Amino acid sequence: MTIDWVHFTPWASFAGGLLIGVAAAMLLLLNGRVAGISGIVGGLLAPRRHDLGWGGAFVLGLLAAPALWRLAGGALEMRIDSGFATLAAAGLLVGVGTSYGSGCTSGHGVCGVSRLSPRSLLATAAFMLAGFATVFVARHVLA
Amino acid sequence: MSPLAAFAAGLVFGIGLLLSGMADPGKVKGFLDLAGAWDPSLALVMGGAVLVGFFAFRFAGRRARTFLGHALELPSSRDIDLRLVGGSVVFGVGWGLAGFCPGPALVSFGAGEEKAATFVAAMLIGMLLHTAAERLIHEPRRRSSG
Repeated sequence: MTIDWVHFTPWASFAGGLLIGVAAAMLLLLNGRVAGISGIVGGLLAPRRHDLGWGGAFVLGLLAAPALWRLAGGALEMRIDSGFATLAAAGLLVGVGTSYGSGCTSGHGVCGVSRLSPRSLLATAAFMLAGFATVFVARHVLA
Repeated sequence: MSPLAAFAAGLVFGIGLLLSGMADPGKVKGFLDLAGAWDPSLALVMGGAVLVGFFAFRFAGRRARTFLGHALELPSSRDIDLRLVGGSVVFGVGWGLAGFCPGPALVSFGAGEEKAATFVAAMLIGMLLHTAAERLIHEPRRRSSG
C-alpha cells in the first residue's frame, strides 16, 4: 500500500468531520431526529404530513451549502470522472441499496456508529467493503 | 418539528462535506482505492463525525425531549438480516462506481453539477422502485378473493 501524501488533507477532513458531527448533533438535540440522508430523502418521496417540513428544510440546507461555501471564498473541487451512464447506474444502486439497507454513510456510518448500533456497524462494514471491492475491480481488474 | 433548525443542520452538514473533501468524488475514490495511491483523508472525516456524534447520542439518551421540546425519535429496529447486509452491499457498489453517496450527491447537485443531477435523479428512481416493489409484495391483492 502506498499513501497518496499529495492529496492527503488530514486537518480539513477532520474539521469537516467534526462539522458533520455537529450537524447530526443539531438535528438530534433540537429536532429529535437522526441525520440519515437517504432516509430523509426517501421520506420526502413518501411523505407523512409531519415529516415533509423538516426533511425538506434539511435537504434545502444541503443544497444551499455550496452557495455559502463559495461566498466564504471556498474552492469547489468536484472531480466527477464517471460518464452519465455509470452515474445513472450508480445512482440507481445507491437508491435501491440504501432503501433496503435502511441507511447510508450518514445514517449508518455516522449516526449509527456513534450510537454503537450493531445493525449500523454491520451495514457500515458491508458498504465499505463493497466500496473497496468495487474500486479495486474498476481500477485494477477491468482498467 | 422545527424547519429552521433542520435547515441550519443541513447547511452545517453540507459545509462539513465540502470542507472534508467528501463532496469530491475523486477524493472518495482515492480513499476507496486501497491498492492504488491511497488517500486516507476520509477515515478522519468519519473519525471526527463519530467523535462528536458519540457524545451527542449519549447526551440525548439521558433526555426525554430535545431543547426545542420535541420527542426524541431514534431507530428501534434491531433486526440483522439479508435486507440490511444485501442492501448495504448494493449501496457500496454504487458508491464505489460513482464516488457519490446521497449527501455529497445532493451538495454537488446544489453546486449545479449536471452529472450530480443525473445521479440524484437515478437515486430517487431507485428509492421509488423499492417502494413499488414493497407495495407489490405486501399489499393484499384486491381481486384474488373475488
